[in-house]
Amino acid sequence: MTTRYTKSHEYIRVEGGTGVVGITDYAQSQLGDVVFVELPPIGQNLSKGAEAATVESVKAASEVNAPVSGTVVDVNSALTDSPGLVNEDPSGKGWFLKVKLTDAAELDSLMDEDAYRDFLKAVS
Amino acid sequence: MLARVGVNGIDALFADIPEAKRLQQDLDLPPRKTEIEVERLLSGLAAKNMAAGSVPFFVGAGAYKHHVPASVDHLIQRSEFLTSYTPYQPEIAQGTLQTIFEFQTQVAGLTAMDAANASMYDGSTATVEAVAMARRITKRLKAVVSGGLHPHYAEAVRTHSAMSGDEALVLPPDVFAAETFGSLVDDETACVVVQNPDFFGNLRDLSGAAALCHAKGVLLIAVFTEVVSLGLVKPPGAMGADIVAGEGQSIGNRLNFGGPYVGLFATKDKYLRQMPGRLCGQTLDAAGRRGFVLTLSTREQHIRRDKATSNICTNSGLASLAFTIHMTLLGDAGLRRLARINHANAVALADRLAAVNGVEVLNETFFNEFTIKIPGDAARTVERMAERGVLGGVPVSRLLPDAGLDNLILAASTEVNTDADCAAFAEALQGALSC
Amino acid sequence: MLMQQKFGPQAARVEEPIAKTFTGNRGLAIEEGLIFEIGRPENTGVDLNEPSPFKHRLGPFERQEPAGLPGLSEPETMRHYVRLSRLNYSIDAGIYPLGSCTMKHNPRLNEALARLPGFADIHPLQPQSTVQGALELIAELARWLMVLTGMDAVAMPPRAGAHGEACGMMAIKAAIAAKGEGGTRKTVLVPESAHGTNPASAAGAGFEVRSVPARADGTLDPAEVKRRLGPDVAAIMLTNPNTCGLFEKDVVEIAALVHEAGAYFYCDGANFNAIMGKTRPGDLGVDAMHINLHKTFSTPHGGGGPGAGPVVLSTRLAPFAPVPFLRREAGVLRLVEHQSEAPESFGRIAAFHGQMGMFVRAFAYMLSHGADGLRQAAEDAVLNANYVRASLKDLMSEPFGDKPCMHEVLFDEAWLKPFGLTALDFAKAMIDEGFHPMTIYFPLVAHGAMLIEPTETESKASLDLFIAALRDLALAAKRGDTGRFAGAPYHAPRRRLDETRAARNPTLRWTKPGA
Repeated sequence: MTTRYTKSHEYIRVEGGTGVVGITDYAQSQLGDVVFVELPPIGQNLSKGAEAATVESVKAASEVNAPVSGTVVDVNSALTDSPGLVNEDPSGKGWFLKVKLTDAAELDSLMDEDAYRDFLKAVS
Repeated sequence: MLARVGVNGIDALFADIPEAKRLQQDLDLPPRKTEIEVERLLSGLAAKNMAAGSVPFFVGAGAYKHHVPASVDHLIQRSEFLTSYTPYQPEIAQGTLQTIFEFQTQVAGLTAMDAANASMYDGSTATVEAVAMARRITKRLKAVVSGGLHPHYAEAVRTHSAMSGDEALVLPPDVFAAETFGSLVDDETACVVVQNPDFFGNLRDLSGAAALCHAKGVLLIAVFTEVVSLGLVKPPGAMGADIVAGEGQSIGNRLNFGGPYVGLFATKDKYLRQMPGRLCGQTLDAAGRRGFVLTLSTREQHIRRDKATSNICTNSGLASLAFTIHMTLLGDAGLRRLARINHANAVALADRLAAVNGVEVLNETFFNEFTIKIPGDAARTVERMAERGVLGGVPVSRLLPDAGLDNLILAASTEVNTDADCAAFAEALQGALSC
Repeated sequence: MLMQQKFGPQAARVEEPIAKTFTGNRGLAIEEGLIFEIGRPENTGVDLNEPSPFKHRLGPFERQEPAGLPGLSEPETMRHYVRLSRLNYSIDAGIYPLGSCTMKHNPRLNEALARLPGFADIHPLQPQSTVQGALELIAELARWLMVLTGMDAVAMPPRAGAHGEACGMMAIKAAIAAKGEGGTRKTVLVPESAHGTNPASAAGAGFEVRSVPARADGTLDPAEVKRRLGPDVAAIMLTNPNTCGLFEKDVVEIAALVHEAGAYFYCDGANFNAIMGKTRPGDLGVDAMHINLHKTFSTPHGGGGPGAGPVVLSTRLAPFAPVPFLRREAGVLRLVEHQSEAPESFGRIAAFHGQMGMFVRAFAYMLSHGADGLRQAAEDAVLNANYVRASLKDLMSEPFGDKPCMHEVLFDEAWLKPFGLTALDFAKAMIDEGFHPMTIYFPLVAHGAMLIEPTETESKASLDLFIAALRDLALAAKRGDTGRFAGAPYHAPRRRLDETRAARNPTLRWTKPGA
């Protein structure tokens, strides 16, 4: 299992050929209380960097971009009724979607945990 | 004050304006006038107009002369309503917010829809926004516009569609509510826009159009220009409408020569997040008491900017407050009675005008407005009636100059009209036709 | 002892405030339910007689289900809305320093005149021969707007500022199409500091938006504009004075660059109040600009509208103006209402002719001020803003440095940060002091913006009290007296409201309990 991070603060946790995508703890803290999440239809093809979902707090709306290319195989429908899960447990119960990766090599362009931690130090 | 600021004269504060572009003297406009002088001047201009209350008055076509209880205008002129702003600080704007919440509930109830917004500028701009919303929801571009829609509304839809490069198919004027949408509604259609009562006054059954639309994933937008009709006529929500856009001027607001009015906008719960405009929602304060806030703001321009659902920034605040106060005075019972009086007066007027030589009432059904066919030019006839001190309706050619409908007049009657007014109308019409 | 006599018999001293009252009311602060909890659908407060028997012509379309709306008697209605009104702050009650909103005094003469039957009870479609006075007023108001701005035409239909923006951008789109460039010029430049309506209006008119950053002093750099101009650019939308309260000092150069590139200059006139009578947008190279009559010319804001946003147009754009517009023929005014008479017009943006009720008020305001008074209003507004700036700048931080502003002064929350406080906390504490807060978190170019616009309405005494209160709050913040902020407001009709709760489970209408 590997976890990788984007500069727009998404994570992807890959196991086998499938990755779980969500937003990082830093991203949820910047957004504030999440009030609404819009998820893509299952089966949608996403290219790396494309808008995969939207997440809204009271005062902000933000896109969740696909960290890598792939096909949506599952979405976390619990977020529809409990968007607060994104704040409470962003890397666990607050996941957004699962994608079947098109090209695992795309993961190499993303940051690992240490690199993301350094990146956060630089931006905050 | 200048000393505190640290400048010698006021002009130092305007130093960033390029010197060559600074005005060196006052503009070619008159100097200030006293209150008496301003009053005199504007009263003079007002006196040159023929006001609705001063003559028998039957003009409608999207704006109606109704009686507004005196308490309405008194209340909306309270400083706290008149001179406050959009409720950005909810702790000190609960008055405005609660009235918006009541307004939204009233509009949802009247239209029989799930939810309404805090109002739009007027019925026509609400219709334009409804079409844009339908395009967002369906991700399709074509709008099919009924020939019974108010021509100004249809033109506004056409203009906005042309700007965004989307198709708007406006059907030819439909005097007898005979049009069908069958083959026009296809897989590329976002919405069908139908008015009820329509521009010519006919009552329409929207449920057929709704079924046709829903079979093809198309949204039905129902429009009304006379909100009083909802007291007596089947509401759009009961006939399958997905979005409702209407004009609320008739309740609480005067004619004002066309504005300000108040646009009513309602939809189903599932489309809430695609709605334009301000929304007020219920919540709790830190002490656990009920309170109200503006909500779902992420749809709006100040957050989403070029991806917002609309560029609208305010609602029609005070005009919607007037609406809500008047509606509170009426309630279901009062609204129904008001609507019955309107309808009864219109029925009586229709009977009386049909008795004028050569005049024919074209409508089978109507609420408080109908179309008559006269043996003569409608625009000239209406002018002649005005010369006789009667404002006898709207010539259809005023709004549809090139439709070949030059002998049609729209006549509206409301609770303000008396039997004597109707008699004066019939007499003036007879006179105007025979000269 | 003398002091006590002055205030009359001394009340019993209450050491502990009453924590709770039976009603939830606190003296004059009365809790008020919703009309749905007070009234009943079978009641009505309107005095109407049942009509005489008639034969209905509704066909099968009679309403079966009532709307479920309660009716309140007139006294109930009066009490309900009077009580609600008392939960609102208003300009009539105190300074309302919302930056970019221009909350100035609303003279009541204007209200009275707008209600004259000759203005309020005329129909937009009655014969034009019967409304010549109304048309004259519109024509005269239009003339004033053109003279004040140095522009050649004005479109009166827009219902509000944002509607005016859309109207102006549509005129530009039509002008571009007329030149055969509709296929290529699709981009509009919008500074990052722009109000959100600007990009939204441009997008609504079918344009794509490209944003332009501000330079360190808060204004726009002509070089940054130039870099983004090209054959694909249709227009720039520039607010001047801008949303940071600064005059765009390079506006003439920017206009020239824009015109050289074959594009148009749309100016957001939201802040025209600062410069009327001092300079004319037409002289600065503007092609189109909306004027918020509810800001500059003081028509009441009414809790969020209605406003009016006429758009002045340059000679180049005038032919594309929307219908209707006025034409004078043999001394008689006539509305041109159809595109068939104005083939270059881009069309119609709304029903009827515009916000007549607002026109009457704005024109009365203009006449009362005259050319001299309007100029002085701009000067006083700018002086007041600078007085506030000079009086607070030692305590609060200015994101773009210490220099004169126009009609509004921009601070940010940087100075509050070390104390763990935000612009929002400060704003809520102002409420306890009896003031409406300034605009916060706008413009977005300043982090934690605090934008103060006192307007010319405020006297020196009013400003001094406002300043003294803000200084006291600022000093409290710097002392670490965070309790005054964290839970504020303490004394308003409501404590802070839970916006998250409102957004997560939207309740947008009343429903019958248990229904």
